[in-house]
Amino acid sequence: MSRLARFSAILLALLILAVILVPLLAATDPLAIGDVLATRLIPPGASDTLGRFHLLGTDRFGRDLFVRMMLAGRISLAVGVAGSLLAGVVGTAIGAIAAWRGGAVDRVAMAVSDALLSIPRLILLLLCAALWQPGAATVLVVLGATGWMGVARLVRGEVLGVRAQPYVSAAQALGASSRRVLWRHVVPNALGPAIVATTLGVGNAILLESGLSFLGLGIQPPAPSWGNMIAGGRDLIVTAPWVAIAPGLALIVTVLTCTLLGDSLRDRLAGERPTDIAERA
Amino acid sequence: MRILWQRLATALVLLWLVVTLTFVLVRLAPGDAAALLVSPTATPEDAARLRSELALDAPVAVQYAKWMGGLLRGDLGESFTQRRPVATVLREAIPVSLGLGLSSLILTFIVGVAIGTLQAARRGTLVDPALTFATTAIYAAPSYWLALSLIAVFTYGATVWGFPAALRLPAFGLRDPAGTATGLAAFGDIVRHAILPVTVLAGVGAAGIARYARSTVADLAGAEWVRTARAKGLRSSSVYGRHVLANALPPLVVLLALSLPGVVAGSVFVESVFAWPGMGRVMVTAIASRDYPVVMGATVLYAALVIVANLVADRALPLIDPRRDG
Repeated sequence: MSRLARFSAILLALLILAVILVPLLAATDPLAIGDVLATRLIPPGASDTLGRFHLLGTDRFGRDLFVRMMLAGRISLAVGVAGSLLAGVVGTAIGAIAAWRGGAVDRVAMAVSDALLSIPRLILLLLCAALWQPGAATVLVVLGATGWMGVARLVRGEVLGVRAQPYVSAAQALGASSRRVLWRHVVPNALGPAIVATTLGVGNAILLESGLSFLGLGIQPPAPSWGNMIAGGRDLIVTAPWVAIAPGLALIVTVLTCTLLGDSLRDRLAGERPTDIAERA
Repeated sequence: MRILWQRLATALVLLWLVVTLTFVLVRLAPGDAAALLVSPTATPEDAARLRSELALDAPVAVQYAKWMGGLLRGDLGESFTQRRPVATVLREAIPVSLGLGLSSLILTFIVGVAIGTLQAARRGTLVDPALTFATTAIYAAPSYWLALSLIAVFTYGATVWGFPAALRLPAFGLRDPAGTATGLAAFGDIVRHAILPVTVLAGVGAAGIARYARSTVADLAGAEWVRTARAKGLRSSSVYGRHVLANALPPLVVLLALSLPGVVAGSVFVESVFAWPGMGRVMVTAIASRDYPVVMGATVLYAALVIVANLVADRALPLIDPRRDG
């Protein structure tokens, strides 16, 4: 593991810890609205008139931005990881079945995947998010529905390669059912690229969720997510810019560490891979 | 030539698939556009009349046939909310988005390739990992957040730090609302308004391209003809500028064509933050008001852009690099 990757891993672990602990231990409730006039729009590092210190200041309702940001981090991280995972699982299933069954199943799956890949993912995401009731569940489903195509193509290619391996014929000769051969013997050996793609997809999924929430199509207030917090600071950008800037910094740190970790995982898996497998794929 | 026709046919089939898929997705959605469009005081009869007026009560097959037939004649239907043809709405928005996208793309390419080449040339020094970190960080930032930060710098910051008048860049809109300028002065006004949005789009794009440019140039820098060029006594700048870049450019040009749709789609956020009347804003507004014909029209247009860009990228490579004909 490179020094940069190790640094990212530590940073991400600290962030996850903070996201879990800070809202639990905080003196102020990040959702409750108290004495608005006394506490609203306090700049970072200052105290309000009630004497409470606010590390990153407060928003227009006097809620502490740091605590809110950590609470938002729970949702943003969870949706990002789950969304990417869902896309990975769906993609693996479709890619594996398409390659294993071949024929019409394969052609239809690949045609749908080509068509979906022809629409920019952001536009497809907007289209789907707009059609269903906004919320965390919709964002999750939509992230899965619009992100499976890349993984499906990777897994399909891998399965086509693994299928020719002698141990597959051996399993079939021993009388294992077609389903068992596919899921127990072929898919586990075809997962490498899908795991890398799913890891690299986490950062992207977090960004897309934040974008949807920013446009009001994702996580709905009062539940905070980094995207809708930035949206909440949007019309204060001229007078109280910290309200929108702070959640963006959390977003950048998270996506940056996820990307660096994913890059490192890709380099490792590609480097450790024996040459005969690399040539086959 | 035969390959070109084959690719064109494939592209058309793909476009038909996208059109059908868009139709299916929109029909799958729960909720009823007519219920949202009539006023709260309207009677059920009013809603029913609107529904038949908008052909929302026809069988799905009939609606699909109407949508496909209209599309073939270049008719995308009528906007529910604006009561104007969708084609007109989109035609007004396309130049804004394409202008924004293309100027950002050119800047993206120049800046991205320059950074990537610099990194590859300075491998082993601190410059390389520092720039990798910087480009990855910019690439990790959401474009709407970068846009808002720039607005903060040029409004809040301009007041706090006392920017000179020339640096007080306009943050919103395509042109000065009170401006009466015409001709060249009006163009200058648009350019001033374009600086911040183009910076955001080009910044994110360049950060993405630089990663590819670095690895492409670094691969080529180890080639034997590079060693020969050095042995001839060429300066490092001409080795990279003349010999390495000439060979690195073809794949990067293809990458550029492939990233055009991403830039145009990315302008959804940038247009929405800077209040530019482009396709992104049309799409976002139409989604908010459930204006299905506009949403479907814009989606198909975006997809057409991707398909054309892919076609161009596919056919451009043999043109730029005669070694690859196929």
